[in-house]
Amino acid sequence: MSEKELKGPFLSVEGLQKAYGEGGDKLEILRQLSFQVRPGEFLSIVGPSGCGKSTLFNILAGLIPPDRGVLRLDGTPVANLKGRVAYMQQKDLLLPWRNVLDNAILGMEIQGVPKSRAREEARQLLETFGLKGFEDHLPRELSGGMRQRVALMRTILCHKEILLLDEPFGALDAITRAGMQRWLLEVWMRFRQTVLLVTHDVEESLLLSDRVLVMSKRPGRIEGEVHIPLDRPRDPTHPEVVSRKARILNILEKGQTYPS
Amino acid sequence: MNQSPWKEKFLPVILLLTLGGLWEGAVRLWDFPAYILPGPVRIFHAMLDRAEILVVHSLVTLSEIAVGFLVAFIVGVLLALALQSSRILERALLPLLIASQTIPVFAIAPLLILWFGYGMGSKIVMTAIIVFFPIVINTFEGLKAADPDLLSLLRIMEASPWQILWKVRIPQALPFIFSGIKIGVAVSVIGAVIGEWVGARKGLGYLMIHANAQLEVDLVFASIFCLSLMGVGLYGFVEVLERACIPWSWEGQKKGEASS
Repeated sequence: MSEKELKGPFLSVEGLQKAYGEGGDKLEILRQLSFQVRPGEFLSIVGPSGCGKSTLFNILAGLIPPDRGVLRLDGTPVANLKGRVAYMQQKDLLLPWRNVLDNAILGMEIQGVPKSRAREEARQLLETFGLKGFEDHLPRELSGGMRQRVALMRTILCHKEILLLDEPFGALDAITRAGMQRWLLEVWMRFRQTVLLVTHDVEESLLLSDRVLVMSKRPGRIEGEVHIPLDRPRDPTHPEVVSRKARILNILEKGQTYPS
Repeated sequence: MNQSPWKEKFLPVILLLTLGGLWEGAVRLWDFPAYILPGPVRIFHAMLDRAEILVVHSLVTLSEIAVGFLVAFIVGVLLALALQSSRILERALLPLLIASQTIPVFAIAPLLILWFGYGMGSKIVMTAIIVFFPIVINTFEGLKAADPDLLSLLRIMEASPWQILWKVRIPQALPFIFSGIKIGVAVSVIGAVIGEWVGARKGLGYLMIHANAQLEVDLVFASIFCLSLMGVGLYGFVEVLERACIPWSWEGQKKGEASS
């Protein structure tokens, strides 16, 4: 890989707190959550289900406000990352009445890019995303893996500095998922955006990311972090990978017994 | 119903012909007087003999239905959009709208004649009133049916409320709107005919009342036949329109949601 310049801002999350409800029914979701993301970094966040990963993303994206805490982009405090992030989740959320090409350009269209220009740009990416020849197909004519690729293409085409991927392959079968992971890696190496990936698949985080943050169970906070300075693509059976897997699992277990 | 082979589609026709045959046989066997119950053959002859008068009155009724329907459609869709965009309006108006359905349209028919006259005006209003409700309710439901996750995605993309409405809510609502239209079409004929019964100088409803008074029962039946032909024709027209407007939904139904 050539040394591509690292895109995107330096993101700092400081002391995020979020709770739902009042008094006795109060449910603390996030407690003193802090972490930092370097430009162009592929950062994974793993944690048990219900640890507040999705709440974290919703706060980052600006869908819900935090109770307390600061977000900084390159040192400047911001309310949220609205306008700076593109978002993708487990559900492909494709519009059933739009074909592949027009689904992919939804974000650009909303930004006001003329349709013909957006289509032209999307067309050039079809091959990279393994969708060549399918541009006129409707979502229901595609397999689950292909639909997720369209969703990722739509995410990339939003041209944002930071990608928030919320268990993007969670609904796929193991074999399709492995293919999608390899292929996400290729896409990331090409575009080098900052990626925040939420997953509960430890192996997925090991194969893809530069660094893994492990969250405790609710109320969610960062329980530990594991750096993975290994070349990609990675072999899941490689001793360096296996040892880190053990470390992550170890931290996860500690997080389970964390007193709430 | 759509996936049945063509032979099964003819089953209702075969049944209809059988019932017609029995009817004709009974009329002949027991020798009913034609001014009480004419047989299908006699009715058919009446249709041919009185074709001109039937066509003239059918066209009047059809125009009343068409205009009334169009008015109800425009007002209904606009009102549904208003209800969807304002929670206060929804809370205030929706219960009243539902309560208004307990008023039988028959009861206000004489008033409508009083206010809008003996001409087509009162029948148009009558049709509009009866068609309006299914259109409002279905459109409103359809506008609300959008996936919350999809709406979140569009908000992250910084879509304006107008873009969300136009690119997601309205296309999503189309199948609902069409089922409202279908219910509306089925009842629209009732509206126009009731109006004509209560007071009119033209239209199939007027023709029926007039023929009944003259003991021309075959003409009454011929009018009824024209009315149901009109209803079936309108329904078929809407189905063709539906297939053209929402092919994604139509095809999806045919394949029984094959995607998973």
